[in-house]
Amino acid sequence: MFRVENLSKRYKTGDHALKNVSFSIDAGQVVGLIGPSGAGKSTLIRCVNRLVDPTEGSVFLNGRPIARSGSELRRARRRIGMIFQDYALVERLTVMENVLSGRLGYVSFWRSFARRFPQADVEKAFALLDRVSLSQHADKRADALSGGQRQRVGIARALEQDPELLLIDEPTASLDPKTSRQIMRLIVEICRERGLPAIINIHDVALARMFVDRIIGLRAGEIVFDGTPDQLDHAALTAIYGEEDWAVIHNENAEEIETTPHVVETDHAVAGMA
Amino acid sequence: MTSTTVSPRRWKRPPLLIQDPTLRLVIYGGFAVYLVLAVASIEVNWTRIFEGLERGVRFIQGFLVPDFLTRARDIQQGIIESLTMTLTSTVAGIILSVPIGIGAARNLAPAPVHAICRSIVALSRSFQEIIVAILCVAMFGFGPLAGFITLSFATIGFLAKLLAEAIEDIDEGQAEAIRSTGAGWWQIVNYGIQPQVMPRLIGLSLYRLDINFRESAVIGIVGAGGIGATLNTAMDRYEYDTAGAVLIIIILVVMATEYASGHVRKWVQ
Repeated sequence: MFRVENLSKRYKTGDHALKNVSFSIDAGQVVGLIGPSGAGKSTLIRCVNRLVDPTEGSVFLNGRPIARSGSELRRARRRIGMIFQDYALVERLTVMENVLSGRLGYVSFWRSFARRFPQADVEKAFALLDRVSLSQHADKRADALSGGQRQRVGIARALEQDPELLLIDEPTASLDPKTSRQIMRLIVEICRERGLPAIINIHDVALARMFVDRIIGLRAGEIVFDGTPDQLDHAALTAIYGEEDWAVIHNENAEEIETTPHVVETDHAVAGMA
Repeated sequence: MTSTTVSPRRWKRPPLLIQDPTLRLVIYGGFAVYLVLAVASIEVNWTRIFEGLERGVRFIQGFLVPDFLTRARDIQQGIIESLTMTLTSTVAGIILSVPIGIGAARNLAPAPVHAICRSIVALSRSFQEIIVAILCVAMFGFGPLAGFITLSFATIGFLAKLLAEAIEDIDEGQAEAIRSTGAGWWQIVNYGIQPQVMPRLIGLSLYRLDINFRESAVIGIVGAGGIGATLNTAMDRYEYDTAGAVLIIIILVVMATEYASGHVRKWVQ
């Protein structure tokens, strides 16, 4: 179980990015975090593993609080896998080195410096590359891969950590629509397989509805919506993003999930309302 | 709708630096006046220039018929000494520059370390090689040791500064991703930063090798050994043909390193 309590962040510039945000996530639940640019989505997930220092509040992962600094914080970070918008692979390292970098929190500096990772780590890395169908590219440099392939390396790196939570920042923002769906499908499948909770920052509302279990809407640093994708109606979208004709998103969404009839029905109803 | 009688809207690029037109005129005008006065204050002694022309012509003649043979042993010794001095000082300089450069990068080092490393860089950069060479010759005596120390010191100012800037310019996202895995500080440097700055570090080191060779010729003139000492001796003896030979060798070595470093830089990208 993952829990955030009264998280606040005020930047030195005076921006109040997060205002007293609290929520919790059950094991295996995939949460989509939506909201306009600047709503604090990115700040929120970075406050979880303290890439950004929150001004107030605390974060608990499986009962243990995330430490504020030092080696305790590093031990907490290695339990949290992170996947980034622009992949954030180290471009001049090989695919394998990038995946193995997920073990850095577990091995000594000299071991990682000499690239002599324990055999179990290497085997796990190969298994993960198989899982994301990239094992034949293991020794290629990361910048030789396409966008979708790079993001799959990013996923493998996060999983190499044996995480207890995944933080995912705009995983599809740099990808084409088809690759975006493949990546989202892969992420959700993996979370299901492992019972991993995940928070996904996402701009594409239609895509979020297709894949996530629960949606949290953030506006100006506050949670203004928390519910299932079905509950995200015209009123909710207006509360999150402001007044706009949301029918298009509903229609598009309705076409996309025609295989599950009951969802289509509710969606048409919402679209009709809009 | 707008009527056709309205005159077209005019546009002029807004002044970039100084908004006030009077102030602009005063500053630009003042600068122009100073420039004219400064140029006028340079004294030109035409008779001296005329006498010097003759010497210049002899020098160029010597350059056109370079004599590699008469002083072959001196030239050989000088060039070997210079190359040794260049290579050793560049390597020593790199070894010292890497930790100082890392310490001088604002995004990596804590404030006090940053301040110390920046001051070392500033100290090294504020003294021109010749001044350092004169000091080193006074401290360690004539010869290549003074040159070695001078060039190592000068390399720090150059390499550590540019390495620090390269580190400050990295893609933070890659380092952030490594930090998020729970990596320690040294691991972040090794995985998140080193791969990003390595090509630049190699390129800069080769460039510095080239500069150190040229500088070794200059500081030799003030007694720090190497090919510069040979060149100085030749000039003192009015052996312009030997001096010409030395200059040609310097040019060839510089061109060779330039060519080689271009290839290496392309290869490490």
